[in-house]
Amino acid sequence: MLTNSYVNTLLFGVYPYICLVVLLIGSLIRFDREPYTWKSDSSQMLRKRELRLGSNFFHYGVIIVILGHFAGFLAPNWAVDWALSPVAHQLLAMVVGGIAGLVAIIGLTILIHRRLADPRIRLNSRKWDIAITFMLWLQLLLGLLTVPLSAYHMDGGLFETLCSYVKGVVTLNAGSAALMVDVPLTYKLHILLGFTLFLVSPFTRMIHIWSGAGALAYLFRPYQVVRTPKTRAKEPIRS
Amino acid sequence: MKIRAQIAMVMNLDKCIGCHTCSVTCKQVWTSRQGMEYAWFNNVETKPGIGYPKDWENQERWNGGWKRKKNGKIVPKQGGRLALLSKIFANPNLPEIDDYYEPFTFDYEHLQKAPELETAPVARPLSLVTGRPMEKIEWGPNWEEILGGEFDKRSKDYNFEAVQKDIYGQFENTFMMYLPRLCEHCLNPACVASCPSGSIYKREEDGIVLIDQDKCRGWRMCVSGCPYKKIYYNWTSGKAEKCIFCYPRIEAGQPTVCSETCVGRIRYLGVLLYDADSIEKAASVEDEQDLYEAQLKLFLDPNDPAVVEQARADGIADNWIEAARRSPTYKMAVDWKIAFPLHPEYRTLPMVWYVPPLSPIQSHANAGAIETVGEIPDVRSLRIPVRYLANLLTAGAEAPIVLALERMLAMRIYYRQRQLGEGDGEAALAQAGLSKAQVEEMHRYLSIANYEDRFVIPTSHREEAEDAYGLKGSCGFTFGNGCDFGPPHSTLFGGKMGRRKLNPMRPLDT
Repeated sequence: MLTNSYVNTLLFGVYPYICLVVLLIGSLIRFDREPYTWKSDSSQMLRKRELRLGSNFFHYGVIIVILGHFAGFLAPNWAVDWALSPVAHQLLAMVVGGIAGLVAIIGLTILIHRRLADPRIRLNSRKWDIAITFMLWLQLLLGLLTVPLSAYHMDGGLFETLCSYVKGVVTLNAGSAALMVDVPLTYKLHILLGFTLFLVSPFTRMIHIWSGAGALAYLFRPYQVVRTPKTRAKEPIRS
Repeated sequence: MKIRAQIAMVMNLDKCIGCHTCSVTCKQVWTSRQGMEYAWFNNVETKPGIGYPKDWENQERWNGGWKRKKNGKIVPKQGGRLALLSKIFANPNLPEIDDYYEPFTFDYEHLQKAPELETAPVARPLSLVTGRPMEKIEWGPNWEEILGGEFDKRSKDYNFEAVQKDIYGQFENTFMMYLPRLCEHCLNPACVASCPSGSIYKREEDGIVLIDQDKCRGWRMCVSGCPYKKIYYNWTSGKAEKCIFCYPRIEAGQPTVCSETCVGRIRYLGVLLYDADSIEKAASVEDEQDLYEAQLKLFLDPNDPAVVEQARADGIADNWIEAARRSPTYKMAVDWKIAFPLHPEYRTLPMVWYVPPLSPIQSHANAGAIETVGEIPDVRSLRIPVRYLANLLTAGAEAPIVLALERMLAMRIYYRQRQLGEGDGEAALAQAGLSKAQVEEMHRYLSIANYEDRFVIPTSHREEAEDAYGLKGSCGFTFGNGCDFGPPHSTLFGGKMGRRKLNPMRPLDT
């Protein structure tokens, strides 16, 4: 079914934009209208056990994976070609992504166990808290499955196709969905689930990823923060 | 020099009876909500004891406050900016809720609904975290009340440093005091410095430290950064919360709820003017024992015309300057030097100060068991070890504590001698370095403690910054976007964690 050209266009030509628009506009609305709900939703206070290993493994692993996706897929050709052949580029992605993905999925498995097995965490979880962890786990699994799959396509051709598709989406190239027709199913599912994660982000705790990036501003601010009555008066009154 | 004003608090521990009225009234007003059951913006600890949360004073364990580097700069003890961000996914210094206590209620309903039984029905404890029955309550907000528990455990108290503590475990040598604690609203707050989202701030006009609930992202670094453990993570809302010094009351010229309801009249609120440009220097002095003096030097004399001129130039209103002149906290901290900061060695420059307790000393001295030095009983050989108080209030420096205790004793001797016709008491005053006018004022503030002497709080000038007409009829306090009343409205964006219901398990019912 996924090879039907109409469905293919819907899933890889239209759906990504729906997801991206919801991600951006949804995040903006939540940030502006419901800032009190914007948080990381940590449950560390309720139970430290398992969190330290699980959370660090998952987050550091997934950060490398995400940055790798950005760098690997979106870096313009001229920036990569002088240093890496397509084959070397693919190999690098497989090794770095494979290791980081493995670390992340180990961490997430620990976190899922903690969330479900510990009554304190289980009873205080929202449905979406549990759903999102399983979605992420599945996404990491699909991503890891592409590594051995890529080993059968070591010529770099498939990798190039995927790069072109992602760049096509980002550059609003309407024809790029056609590139996905002959791509193996695992890749397709990985991409669709990835965009679905974008779609649900504004409505779940995933929203804290934005703030994780925003927290980098901490590196550059003075330690002490003082607000005057005048600066406070400029803040919106929410009522 | 940049002058700012702060409403500072002083607590006269000499008069604290440990009734917990402050804690209870505070809780009823501010933290009687889900997610905050375990949190006490104000709590009263019995000392010696490990306190709430357990062992909070031990920064070797919790890494709160600041540390001074070799180059003389100070950084949060839990790590500089990059180190702190690297720990954001799992904060190694964060207490677990069990370090405070697992909040609980009791299955009261069972007492009314139990069927006829051979034994009286029992209300079993229910956890407020899981809603399920708890086997046994192991710890509470005030587990060590009046020296509850074994001395072995209580003697882990950090303030026993350099005190021969073993003898204080013996019944006839034991001692006890109360320590009410709330947010210190520090001049150099470590919580503010630790916040990755920059959501915590100090208010310029009255020094109150607040968390912007809309900006807090729940990174939890403030909880571990604060050495007093006075920032609490609301595990339902996912935001940090702390004592707000009842700022809506303070703005209106009213004392905080804990101060207003203090039956022992131990709390004082008044304006301190301080030099904001010298904060970092004062917090960075090399020797920890100099931190008390360094902080004292930040406080400026409101009767000095140069200070008044500069204060006006820095935008401090005249009613604040006038209040600073009548400030009880200035008199106690600076004029009489009988009030001290709590654990200055954390380098946060706390602004809730304490008058060390005297009562056990006096009663012991009356029994004739103790040597006197000149007119005044020797405070060094008394029931509460001076070193213990010094560890609590001056990073171990004993001389300032001794002077304060002697002054308070001298005041009592002066009034006793005059009342009983035993003399004029002036020898004791001279020994303690007090003038007659000073001791009479001290007596008025400490013993009589009239409401208007204890609380000198100038109203704020919101009208200069805000459009009061626009605020008319608005919600006041709300959590989130919308007024807080009735059941929570539905939202696309997540809502609260922890919708668990109390779920008593009643094996005896069937």
